[in-house]
Amino acid sequence: MSRYANDTAAIEALVRPTEVHRDIYIDEDVFKLEMKHLFANTWVFVGHDSQTPNKGDYFTTEIGTQPVIMVRHSDDQIYVLHNRCPHKGTKIAIDRAGNTGKFFRCPYHAWSFKTNGCLLAIPLRKGYKDTGLEESHSVNGMAPVGAVKNYRGFVFARLAKDGIDFDTFFGNALSSIDNMVDRSPAGRLEVSGPPLRYMHRCNWKMLVENQTDTCHPMVAHESSAGTAIDLWEKMDKPEGTKTPMAMEVIAPFMSSYEFFENMGIRTWPNGHGHTGVHHSIHSDYSAIPGYFEQMVEAYGEEKARAILGESRHNTIYFPNIMIKGPIQQLRLFKPISAGRTLVESYIYRLVDAPDMLVERTAMYNRLINAPTSMVGHDDLEMYERAQEGLHSDGLEWVNVQRLYVEGEDFEDEAIENGTTERQMRNQFHAWTKYMTMSMDGGAR
Amino acid sequence: MTFPSRDDLIDFVYDEARMLDDGRFDEWLALWKPDGMYWMPLDYNQQDAKHVTSLLHEDFFMIKLRVERFKGERTFSQKPKTRCHHVIQRPFIEEVDHEAGRFVTHTPFHYVETRLDDQTLLAANARHELELVDGALKIRLKRVDLLNCDAAFGNIQMFL
Repeated sequence: MSRYANDTAAIEALVRPTEVHRDIYIDEDVFKLEMKHLFANTWVFVGHDSQTPNKGDYFTTEIGTQPVIMVRHSDDQIYVLHNRCPHKGTKIAIDRAGNTGKFFRCPYHAWSFKTNGCLLAIPLRKGYKDTGLEESHSVNGMAPVGAVKNYRGFVFARLAKDGIDFDTFFGNALSSIDNMVDRSPAGRLEVSGPPLRYMHRCNWKMLVENQTDTCHPMVAHESSAGTAIDLWEKMDKPEGTKTPMAMEVIAPFMSSYEFFENMGIRTWPNGHGHTGVHHSIHSDYSAIPGYFEQMVEAYGEEKARAILGESRHNTIYFPNIMIKGPIQQLRLFKPISAGRTLVESYIYRLVDAPDMLVERTAMYNRLINAPTSMVGHDDLEMYERAQEGLHSDGLEWVNVQRLYVEGEDFEDEAIENGTTERQMRNQFHAWTKYMTMSMDGGAR
Repeated sequence: MTFPSRDDLIDFVYDEARMLDDGRFDEWLALWKPDGMYWMPLDYNQQDAKHVTSLLHEDFFMIKLRVERFKGERTFSQKPKTRCHHVIQRPFIEEVDHEAGRFVTHTPFHYVETRLDDQTLLAANARHELELVDGALKIRLKRVDLLNCDAAFGNIQMFL
C-alpha cells in the first residue's frame, strides 16, 4: 500500500503555509487517495438537471474516477447511481446520454433496475431460490451515491454516506450560482449543446489553481489576446467601427496588473472562492438589446441592477469546478490520473433572455476553452511544462506565497487584493481537511 | 476564369491544403473572401454555429489573428513550431452554379499534426463553399467535420 495511506501526518506535511510539496501533483499514490477521500467527502458537481429533462433521461459521467449515472426517476427526482451492475460489474450505460424508459437493463445478463436503482427483475430467478440472494449486496440493485442535492438545477453529489451537509459545505459560496441563475428572467438555465472536451496532460489541481491566478493572463496570453489587440488597432477600418464581440471577449485578458489587483478575490470556507469582487474581465461587454428591460420586468429595477451589477470572474467550487456567472459557463476538471485531466466546458442558455447572450457565451467557450482555441493553448502549454518541470529533483516545493499573511484563518470569509494566492492556500487547506477526514490516522 | 472547370475546383482544394502544409500562410489568407467563415463543428451533423459551442467558428479577422499568432515571439505553445500534413481524397463536386459563380466541394482527408514527440492523426471531411470574385475562386465557407468531433483532444494547433 502507498506510503501516504492512512498517514494523516504524511498528508498534512505536504501542505505548508506558503508552499506545497510536488507529490500533490505528480504522485500516483496521492492521486489514489484523493479519489478515495477528497472526492468522497466533498460535494462534487455531477451535471445540470436540464441534461435530463424527462423521466428516464440519463447522463453518464464520473465523480472523481467513479463512473456514475445521473437519471430522472418516475417521481421526477434526479438520482445519481454507480454505473455498475451489482451482478458482474458491467457498466449499465455507455452512451453519454439517452433515455432508458422505465428501467435500466444490464446488457450482459438482463438484470433490470428501476431508474432509482432498485432491483426490478432477474431472468430465471428461481435459480436463486434458497441460495440466500436476499442477503447479498446484489439484491440492493444499482448503488446510489451517498447523497444528492439539486441546487437551482445544479446537481451535486457526495459519495460518502455520512459527512458534511450541502449547505454547510458551500455556505455563502452559493451566491455565485444564485447570480448566474438569476440572470435568467425566468430564473432558470438550460444546457446548450454538448461540452467542449479537452484533454490535459497535467494534474487537475493546476487547472483549479489557474482559475484564480491573476498574474498570468498578461504574460501567458500575450500571444493570443495581445496579438488580437495589435491586429485590431493596426487594421484599416472606418472611424466609429463597433468593436466586434470576439474582441470584447479576448482583449480583457491583456488587462494590467493594476486591473487585476483592484478587482479583488473573495475566499469562503471549505476551499471555495472567486475572483472579480469589484469588476472583472466580463464587466465591459456591450449591452444586449432588450435584455435589461426583460430583467426589470421580471425582478424590478433595483434587483435587476443588483443582479447584473455583479461581475464575478471565476468562482471555484472546491474541489473541481469553476463557474462564470456573467458568461453562464461551467468548467469541470475531471481527474483521470496524477498527470492527466479531462476538462469539460459547458455553456447554459438563460431561459427567456435574448439569444445574443448565448451567442456570446458560445463564442467565449470556443475562443477561450476549446482544444482548437488560442487562449486555451497558452494555458495548457504552461500546465504541461509545469507537470514535466515538477519532476526535477532540484526543488521539491511549489510556492503559493503571494500576499501571504501570517495566521490566515480560512474559516473566515475574506476579500483581498485580486492578485493574492490566498484562494490557492484556501484550497490546499480544504484539501488537507477532506483528505484526512476519513483516514484512520497514524502511520502504519 | 469565368467558368472554372471541375479540375480547377479540385486543384483549388489540393492547393489550399498544400499551402497549409508548406506554411505559406500569406498566400493562404489571399484565398479567403473578407466575409469568409471557417467552421469546425463540435457535434456530429451540427446545424447551429451560433448558439451552441463549436470547435471553431471564426471570421476572417480571427483567421488572420491565428496566422499572426503562429509567427509571434511569445507564442509559447509554438516553441518549437507545429507542422501539419494533409492527405486528401479527390474532392467531390457537390454544387456548380456558374450563373451565381458559386461552387461547393466535399473532400474527405486525413490530417497529421506534429510537435516535439507527439503526432496526432485526425480524419475529417471538408466542405468548401467557393465563389468567383473578380475571376478568382475564393472561400466563403470552409466547414471541417472531424470524424471524432466528440472526442477529447489535446491541443490542435493548426488549421485543418
